[in-house]
Amino acid sequence: MSEVPADFFDSIRDRMSQTAYFAGIGAELVMAEPGKARVRLPYGPHLVGDPDTGVVHGGVITGLLDQACGMSVGLTLREHRPYATLDLRIDYMKAAKPGEDIFVEAECIKVAHEVAFTRGIAYQDSREAPIAMATGTFMMTSMPSSKVGD
Amino acid sequence: MELLARAAAAGTRPDPEALIAAIPYCRHLGVTARLEGEAVILTMPFAQQLIGNPILPALHGGVIGSLLETAAIAQVIYETSAIKLPKPVDITVDYLRSGRALTSHAKARIAKQGRRVINVHAEMWQEDEMKPIAALRGHFLLG
Repeated sequence: MSEVPADFFDSIRDRMSQTAYFAGIGAELVMAEPGKARVRLPYGPHLVGDPDTGVVHGGVITGLLDQACGMSVGLTLREHRPYATLDLRIDYMKAAKPGEDIFVEAECIKVAHEVAFTRGIAYQDSREAPIAMATGTFMMTSMPSSKVGD
Repeated sequence: MELLARAAAAGTRPDPEALIAAIPYCRHLGVTARLEGEAVILTMPFAQQLIGNPILPALHGGVIGSLLETAAIAQVIYETSAIKLPKPVDITVDYLRSGRALTSHAKARIAKQGRRVINVHAEMWQEDEMKPIAALRGHFLLG
């Protein structure tokens, strides 16, 4: 994959970091390489799902995992092709500690003709102590307006 | 949660509208709740900060997962009168159709309630409830 031009990754990086939902929660892309992405989300009061404890909403973790897994697909392709999430399975291992950054790393395992398979992990202190893990499948959509499953 | 504990102490059912309004992330997404019979219905008007794909434009997959997970939690709290938020153990989200620039709705039902763990199914739709755009199955631990 080393022959993939650097400006392709730059354009992926720009496009992804301009995603409104991603930027709106305050997340940023911190690493992008062929087939792999890492994102960081600083803690913020708008992310809270449990006002008693300050723990972030599970949906925030879902959003980061979906974004990072999707990015890993984009970083595997050698050209811009539209794709959409087909399904996402998430195991929540433990609650994220309030006040601390959340990191998500994702890897694209395989891109077939129509479908791409990914894995993602969310953590705070270390990858060895995950807060959640994801398996995401993405469908290549031939037309920008096509609907997955229709 | 304090408002759930107060409802339990007063012997009343939890108020889903107040519950959702008290969750900061739901306010960020613009989610509101109402009761229709025994079902909690969530509503999320389209907004800029929900977009995942600016070209279509389409809702972000994470926003869809968030709404479905919130629907599951709200329905579990309403039916069980739990005073703590149920914790997600695992969820699977199937993305059935692209989430368009329209108001979205979601509701959930308890498929199986055990002593500690609850299996919940949730669906999300836009214009037509018969054409869901996404579905969730998940396990939640009672607090």
